[in-house]
Amino acid sequence: MSELLTPSQTVGPYFSMRLPWPEGPFVVPEGTSGAITIYGRLIDGAGDPIPDGLIETWQADPAGRFAHPDDPRGPVPDGDLAFRGFGRCPTGHDGTYKIVTLKPGPLPFGDGRTEAPHIDVSVFSRGMLDRSVTRIYFPDEEAANAADPVLEAVPADRRATLIAQPAGENYLRFDIVMQGAGETVFFDL
Amino acid sequence: MTVSEQGLIVPDSGKLALPEYMKPQPGNHPPLDSPGYKSTALRHPKQPLVLLPHRLTEVTGPLLGDDRITMTDADLTTQKDGEPQGQRIIVFGQVRDSDGRPVPDTLIEIWQANAAGRYLHKREHHPAPIDPNFDGVGRVITDQGGRYRFITIQPGSYPWGNHYNAWRPAHIHLSLFGRAFTQRLVTQMYFPGDPLLPLDPIYNSVTDEKAKLRMISEFSIEATQPEWALAYKFDIVLRGRNQTIFEEPHA
Repeated sequence: MSELLTPSQTVGPYFSMRLPWPEGPFVVPEGTSGAITIYGRLIDGAGDPIPDGLIETWQADPAGRFAHPDDPRGPVPDGDLAFRGFGRCPTGHDGTYKIVTLKPGPLPFGDGRTEAPHIDVSVFSRGMLDRSVTRIYFPDEEAANAADPVLEAVPADRRATLIAQPAGENYLRFDIVMQGAGETVFFDL
Repeated sequence: MTVSEQGLIVPDSGKLALPEYMKPQPGNHPPLDSPGYKSTALRHPKQPLVLLPHRLTEVTGPLLGDDRITMTDADLTTQKDGEPQGQRIIVFGQVRDSDGRPVPDTLIEIWQANAAGRYLHKREHHPAPIDPNFDGVGRVITDQGGRYRFITIQPGSYPWGNHYNAWRPAHIHLSLFGRAFTQRLVTQMYFPGDPLLPLDPIYNSVTDEKAKLRMISEFSIEATQPEWALAYKFDIVLRGRNQTIFEEPHA
């Protein structure tokens, strides 16, 4: 017996009254050793920046663990309390966002295979009646990406849209294109 | 085979058995391409979505708790020196999984217009008065029974540019995390009997007629506080887990 869900609705134009918070983009505190900055633009089907979007990220820690009761591997040993796993950044007038984090570790898929390091992403904005979900993979993980069971299900000619681009030391670029040429792969969750 | 505290089956082989979250019913959530709501046109994916299995990153999620909440977050009428204008209301309800379990300790973030239909936002140009005593933002955490309650002002309707003479029905925005990435939900709560509901492309973007009604709160005379505030009940149902228990194949 299951209950029916409350439908999704758009965040609308005024979510920035409530949802962003100052340290939101910092999954780890600024200046944390080994921190990387992932940045990019949120772009619409006309190629224009989306200035009223919200990017949220969720990821494992560098050891591939989650401080969460539904991770059946149990509590994270020596868990870093400063590592939140969660990032949130509104887009600016030019559609840009950034997330400061640590690169996640690889994860057991549960059937003997391994998931390459990745970050789950939710995209919200005015004009989006539900979030769109994508993933960020890492450019220095070629072998792991090639064996990743989720990437494997993505048409080969579109996989590159899920892989961040090197953009200088400790910087990665990940643009999110909602529609049209170079449309980012989005997932049915 | 053992069962963890959370009811997860943990095979002794060490393989991961993770919960799988139920898919929404067709028509429950609005299509991302919804021509009546014009801003969806350039902001929805056109390529087919790829199925994302529910593995560790998806069945976990941020557990944002009490450290995000201050004393006045659940009462939008006492955040300023003076009292805001408008009809004081109590909004309350329960957050549940679709398998009927309450969702405790989950953060709900709230934002809304004031009584005159004006949002406190720099891009808002509706010529209705700002209320210096009302910011229109709140936060609450559900209790052990998944229940929440906040006090606010009945929001006004406001005009928007989607089409000629377009007005949004009165609504309160609510953002929820649940306990897993799969459960994240942003919705809007509407009020019973609002004459603008049949005309609103955002409300009507939900194609299932019964699903639409699940966004309308219910007036509650029982929870109304005499000589002080009207009350509206709004239960929120997030995706629950599939009940099927399966064994992972041995490698």
